[in-house]
This record gives sequence, structure tokens and C-alpha cells, in this order.
Amino acid sequence: MNRDPRDFVAHEAALLDERRFDDWLALFAGDGHYWVPLLGVAQADPFSHNSLAYEDRLLLQLRVDRLKNPRAHSQHPASHCQHVLQPLRIEEETSDAVRLRTPFLYIEARGESQVLLTGTARHHLVRTSTGWAIREKRIDLLNAARALPAIQLFI
Amino acid sequence: MSSYLHHPDRVAALVQDDRVHRDLYLSEEIFALEQEHLFANIWIYLGHASQVPEPGDFVAQDIAGRPLLMVRQPDGAVHVMYNRCAHKGTQLVTDECGNAGRFFRCPYHAWTYKLDGAPLGVPLKSGYEGTQLRACDSGQGLSVVKHVKVYRDFVFVRLADSGPSFEDYFGEVLGAIDNMVDRSPEGKLTVGGGVLRNIVHCNWKMYLENINDTVHPMSTHESATKAAEALWEGHAPSDPKPMAMEQILPFGSGYEFFDKMGGRVFANGHSVLGVNFSIHSNYAQLPEYEAAMRSAHGEERAAEILQRSPQNSVFYPSLSVKGSPQAIRVIRPLAANRTLIEAWSFRAAGAPALLFERAMSYNRLVFSPMSVVAHDDVHLFESIQQGLRAGGNEWVSLHRNYDPAELTQPTLTTNGTNELLMRNQFRAWAKSMVAGMEAAA
Ligand code: FES
Ligand SMILES: [Fe+2]
Repeated sequence: MNRDPRDFVAHEAALLDERRFDDWLALFAGDGHYWVPLLGVAQADPFSHNSLAYEDRLLLQLRVDRLKNPRAHSQHPASHCQHVLQPLRIEEETSDAVRLRTPFLYIEARGESQVLLTGTARHHLVRTSTGWAIREKRIDLLNAARALPAIQLFI
Repeated sequence: MSSYLHHPDRVAALVQDDRVHRDLYLSEEIFALEQEHLFANIWIYLGHASQVPEPGDFVAQDIAGRPLLMVRQPDGAVHVMYNRCAHKGTQLVTDECGNAGRFFRCPYHAWTYKLDGAPLGVPLKSGYEGTQLRACDSGQGLSVVKHVKVYRDFVFVRLADSGPSFEDYFGEVLGAIDNMVDRSPEGKLTVGGGVLRNIVHCNWKMYLENINDTVHPMSTHESATKAAEALWEGHAPSDPKPMAMEQILPFGSGYEFFDKMGGRVFANGHSVLGVNFSIHSNYAQLPEYEAAMRSAHGEERAAEILQRSPQNSVFYPSLSVKGSPQAIRVIRPLAANRTLIEAWSFRAAGAPALLFERAMSYNRLVFSPMSVVAHDDVHLFESIQQGLRAGGNEWVSLHRNYDPAELTQPTLTTNGTNELLMRNQFRAWAKSMVAGMEAAA
């Protein structure tokens, strides 16, 4: 599936918007990470400065499993999200890896309230026997270091 | 209609021995009175001196609705001034931090001030000859906060001219800052990794109560802890855990665990939860770090410092400290129904990088706007803020383990699930509010 990495990013966002979290998690490579740096685009690494989220598959699995638990109180009512993607750009491409940047708007809605975030998603994809897999999904938020309300799903 | 202004008796009546009135959380009038009589009259945490390492470095921070500037002086001291030009009130800086160079220059009409706020120069100086400027407050330079205490690099301010001294106000709970700083073999902490900031739509007191609430983790955090337990199932208790597991799994400890961890209350609303042990007690040992601690502090003192890892130490009403992991939360009330929570991590000089990683990881997992643990807390705080508007019952229950004998004992050690820690906060609240209102009357 998804030979063209351009389709991959739209597909990945659609899985989140459809709350198909298990299918989404399956897109990650075994050593894959999901990273939302606290300094946004200015941050060099996830170790010298903190992040809003820096998660390996184990932690992402924990999040996904938590969302399924009926006692996830903050999910009554459930949150829903919508990714609005701008055309993506290929930053770097080799025969078995590609780096993409996709500016986006992200809306997370729950009950009466909506959270609007914007920034650039940067995907580092690697080729596997079954298609592309995410080695890193990095989200550079426009206003990452400002005070934020709860963000409950995946940007 | 004003119900509380000029009525200290009505304010005091909101706090009873074993329950409190909902207006404490809902009333904007009470919030305005808190700005004036609570946050201004007692010692509030402003920031850490390591945020301003070099002369001219500043941090802008509102306290009790007043914009303040914490500034490093050329002689190394830390001063605090109002971020308000003496001419017409322009804020001297609008960045949240930075370096002013050798002096502050107002962007509006270019009045300048030394780093300690003293007046330096004004354009068209001759125009002030024969005027009353010198005699006016505006001629004195920036208004300075006189009561500033830098305790082991933790900077606190008291805005009001009168009030308790720093030592009298905090007393024994200062041991919690000592413990955190002494965890550095060199006795030095610096903030690191930035600050995680959350806006929570609830009253600040609710957040502070929850810091002392040990009965909620089992039910509130069930979704996160059950998911973690299921993922970790099959591992032997001795298996080395990834840091995230080490930090999340203990939230699922039972009532007995939290009860036995014990708590201690002090005068003025402060408390230490987890005087015996806590969810932070069983992080993996680090032999080399412990050796460094022994050579810095001696065998006995090092053991004492490392064995002490309370759940939370509350410096009422603005600061909560976790010695291990080295993290603090700062409570910044914005409105009756809106609170900013900051989570800061520290590097300890002479300690391995792993300690800093623990602080950052803990803050990220538990206090980030994208936390795995806090969403359920935040949802419930916001739910309480709505639920309290319901008619019928106007009271919030704090009855658990109430004992009239506690009323006469300023310092007391109790079981960990005792709501005394919260009652103690509200008693301090009523005391400070009434004292401030009576003094103003
Ligand atoms: S307001 Fe600052 S110089 Fe005029
Ligand atoms: Fe909690």
C-alpha cells in the first residue's frame, strides 16, 4: 500500500481523524517516535530541552489503550480531531527513506470546546517490506511554549 | 451586589471546621479579595535565580495581578521591581525574559532606569526644572518590591509592606527545598528544559487541594494505570522498567499505600505529603550518584536526603515541590475559574544526567498539556467548577478523619488519606484573608 509517501501523510492523518488509533499506531516502525518539541521548530533534540510529548511505541500504545478504557473520564464526551493539511514538501529522499514537511491546522473538539493548533508536521519515513513506516513524526507547533489547554488526541 | 467586600466575618464563615462553601471557588468577588489580601500579603514564589544568570537578565512575571520584573544586578543580587514605567505606566519589557543590557529604557518616551530601578535619565530634562517631578513617585524611578527573599535560589516576594517574615511564614516546610537542593552534591540547582504551561479552567484552590489528595489516584487515574499495568504484565517486579513505566505504574497503588505514606501539616497552610514514602520512593538506585552524595554530605546525611522523597511539599499557596524527581509546580491564579499551572524541571550540579531526565520525563508524562495522566484530573477539576453551580448543596465536604483536636495543633503528622491537609489550607486561607481585610478596614 501507499507507494507514494505523499499519500501516506494524508492517510495517516485520516486514521487519526477517524479515531482508528490501532491502525495509526501500526504505521510506526518498531523504533518509531512521536515528538512534539516544547520549542517547536527551534528545538534540536528531545533530551536537552523538554517536550510536550516524546513517546516511543510503548507509550503510544499506553495512550491508545487508555483512550479505549471506559474510565478515561476526560473522554466523556469523547474528543474528535480534524487535520487540515497544506500541500507537503519533500525535504530529503533516498531509495529507502524520505523526510516530508506538511504545514497543518489541527482542531480538537470535545463537547462545547474546540482547541485550534497550527504548525508543521515533519515525517521521517522508512521503507519496509510492507510499505512506508514512521521512524519519527515530529510536530513543530507555532506556539508550542505558550500555555495550552489539554490536548487529548494526536496532533 | 457585593457580598464579601468589607465583610471579613462573611469571608471567614466560608471556611468551617470540616467543610467549605462553594463561593470560595466560584465568586469573582472572592477572587478580587484574594488578589488584594491573600496573594499580596504572604510570600509567593516568583521564580528561580538560575532563570537570570547574568547581570541585566530579567524575567517578567505577574504576581497577584501585578506585573513584576525579577532582575539580576551587576553585583549578583536579584532584585524585583514593578514592570511599570514611572512616567506613564508603559511596561518596560513585554518579552517574558531576556537581557536588558546595562539599563532599562522605556520604549515610549525613553526614560531610563538602572537595573535596580533607580532613575537614570529623561529626555528634555530642562522641561522638568521647577516642576514637582522629583517629589512625585514618578521621579523616584521604578517602584521596587521591598520584601524579596532568595532562599537557596528560590525567589519569593511579599508585595505588602507588612506581613509575616519569610522564615516565620514557611518555617519547617523549608526543609523540602533544602532536600531538593541538597540532592545536588554541589548544592546547586538550575532550571532546565523549559517550562510546561497549562491553562486549567478551575479555581486555583481546587488544584492545590488535589496536590494533597491521595484518595483520587485509584479512581481518577484508572484508565492510565490500567493501561500501563496491562502493558507491563508478565514482567517480574525486578525487571528494569523503562522510565515511563517506573513513573506511571505507582499511580495505581491502592488506598492502603497512600494512607500509609503519611502526611504532615504546618502552620500557614503548608504541608508535606508522603512523609514515610511515596510514589517516587522506588526509582532505580544509582550507585555512583549515591557515592558522590556520601562524599559531599557524609554517610548519614546523604542517606537522610536520599531516603526522603515526599509525594508533594506544598508551600502555600503558590508552590509544590517534588524533591525526587526534581520538579516543581507553580500555581498562578488568573481568575476565579482559570488557573495557570507551570511545571519546571531542575538539573542538579554534580548529579548524573539521568536525574534531569527523570524530572523532564515526569513533567512530560504527568504535567504536560499532552500528559497521559493529567487529562483525567483536569477534566474533573473543570467538572467540579461546573458542578458546584448546582443548587441545593452549597458545601464541599472535607470531613475525612476530622478530629476537633486538630484545631489547636499547628503542626501534626497524620495518615496520608486524611483531608486535614486540605482543611489546613483553608484555615490558612481564612486567617490571611481576614487579617488582610481587617488591616485594610
Ligand atoms: S511612559 Fe515610559 S517614558 Fe513615557
Ligand atoms: Fe491526579
